[in-house]
Amino acid sequence: MSDLKQELKEKIITQLNLEDIAIEEIADNDPLFGDGLGLDSIDALELIVMLDKDYGIKLTDPKEGKKIFESIEVMANYIAEHRTK
Amino acid sequence: MKAQHLKIKEYCKISNNRVLLNDQLLYEDQGSDFTTFIKLAYKKMDTNYPKFFKMDDLSKLGFLASDILLKPMTQDAEITKNIALVFSNSASSLQTDRKHQESIVDKENYFPSPAVFVYTLPNICLGEISIKHRLYSENSFFIFNHFNAKYLHDYASSLIESEKADEVLCGWINCDVEDYEAFLYLVSKKGSIEHNKEEIIKLYTTK
Repeated sequence: MSDLKQELKEKIITQLNLEDIAIEEIADNDPLFGDGLGLDSIDALELIVMLDKDYGIKLTDPKEGKKIFESIEVMANYIAEHRTK
Repeated sequence: MKAQHLKIKEYCKISNNRVLLNDQLLYEDQGSDFTTFIKLAYKKMDTNYPKFFKMDDLSKLGFLASDILLKPMTQDAEITKNIALVFSNSASSLQTDRKHQESIVDKENYFPSPAVFVYTLPNICLGEISIKHRLYSENSFFIFNHFNAKYLHDYASSLIESEKADEVLCGWINCDVEDYEAFLYLVSKKGSIEHNKEEIIKLYTTK
């Protein structure tokens, strides 16, 4: 699980172009949106594409993302349970 | 409509890996590709706007050139500035359009990026600038074959003379394969350069 969390942190920084944020600065339970990493609605859509492309998870309702993308911890648990690749 | 004697207050150019303000060199890095150059120029200009890194190349170019001209004028958050934006280019958002097209061409590997797709219009750049500088003003983005000084002159003059704007930031930002160019100038009631077609062409063509 810790490998998956590390992988997610790396992907988020690279794919969402978080130029000024280092992996060590993202704690597993930090909120990804709002006061945490400050991600926006386009980032949320980008994360939905990432789930599909990299882990074979299709979110049919974008509102599901609100819960799943709460933190790295929540995201990693969801991916571990639902991934098809 | 009142005819006014308008001036060019300041101008900024970004091309050939150089950033110039009123022909004064602010930054140069001849050893880098565009991606590295614009990132280093952003840091050198002390821009401090993390969303910059999410923008496409056209928006980065327009945003940085605008920021150099507008930052001193919009730092006071209490004062709303009525500065219109009138930009133009020849390549529209073609570079980003191609990137988006590459991501949808293979039906077996169909993963278009929302972050790329949002930049498949050139006027998105104007939105980025308006958000950063809290501008609620008129804005337009025109596509021409070549730099069109007369059209920009007439449009900017009309906006100020009809009191739709107090000042107009206008010019040319173009980005295509291995070629980029930004030339923006601020039209105002104050300034030292005459606002006419000949002066605009002279400023644009002076390297």
